[in-house]
Amino acid sequence: MPPIDLSGRVALVTGASRGIGLAIAHRFAAAGATVLLNAREIGEESLGTFAEDEAQRIRILPGDVGRPDTARDIVRTVFSSSGRLDILVNNAGIMRTGLIGMISDVDVAEVLDTNLASVIHMTQSAARLMARTGGSIVNVSSVVGVKGAAGQLVYAASKAGIVGATLAASKELAPKGIRVNAVAPGYIKTDMTSQLGDEARTQALEAISLGRPGSVDDVADAVLFLASDMSRYVTGQILGVDGGMII
Amino acid sequence: MSVQDRVFAAFREALDVEDGIDRSRLVYRDYAEWTSIGHMTLVAALETEFDTMLDTNDILAMSSFDKAVEIMTRYAAN
Repeated sequence: MPPIDLSGRVALVTGASRGIGLAIAHRFAAAGATVLLNAREIGEESLGTFAEDEAQRIRILPGDVGRPDTARDIVRTVFSSSGRLDILVNNAGIMRTGLIGMISDVDVAEVLDTNLASVIHMTQSAARLMARTGGSIVNVSSVVGVKGAAGQLVYAASKAGIVGATLAASKELAPKGIRVNAVAPGYIKTDMTSQLGDEARTQALEAISLGRPGSVDDVADAVLFLASDMSRYVTGQILGVDGGMII
Repeated sequence: MSVQDRVFAAFREALDVEDGIDRSRLVYRDYAEWTSIGHMTLVAALETEFDTMLDTNDILAMSSFDKAVEIMTRYAAN
């Protein structure tokens, strides 16, 4: 199989300071893309995690993409600095767990803004830039957005919203040569899932057919496929990256 | 080329507008080809013509040819 080549492509990854987002950025950089890293708090120190030749193709774009004005500014910066955008990965996300009746209004707003509104804001702005060349948008949903999970009312709703946004955008943007897909990771070992309690973690592991938790690289490889021309005839799909998780 | 001519060129490309048309007839949802889909095609044509990206508020406010000229004059000045 030939290696995936993203030379000459410009890719923007939100939530790229760590975890799945950073792993995706590493995959893109290794494939030759110019990679724009976004996160609420991200600095030049992130460049240190990349090989020297890759770091020359990395740009840092800090900002909260859950805010519409920030999302617009970031895409505008991409336009002025690169003139094009070929790949957008909407990965920014936070998790707040809580039983129904015990979820604060602040948590509801923060999770929906960060996880879902950011996807809408970024898609609105990025699609206009991408329409000039065609492109690929990959959204990071979750298995709980498709299947649900107790204690994750808001998080699951935000990730289910991403599924709807993906399907709607794929239909509207296909005539412009823009593919829109999502991955739905299962239980992936990250800082975010480390917030889960021991009981929830044990239950999650027992539900995985492949018998192990996923890694950020497992997800990044799936995103790399959807971002590249290897998936040129794939749009409007939600790809489970969950090791056969049954919940 | 004036801003007005550049805006008209985008209208002609996006909405198949004829050269001699009375430009006051170019009103969103009133002119047959200027539908919601046509609007986004027009926005893309304007962004290409002026090599810029429009703010969402400007896209929503662009309801006529004259309004488009008013908006794009700001972008041309920047």
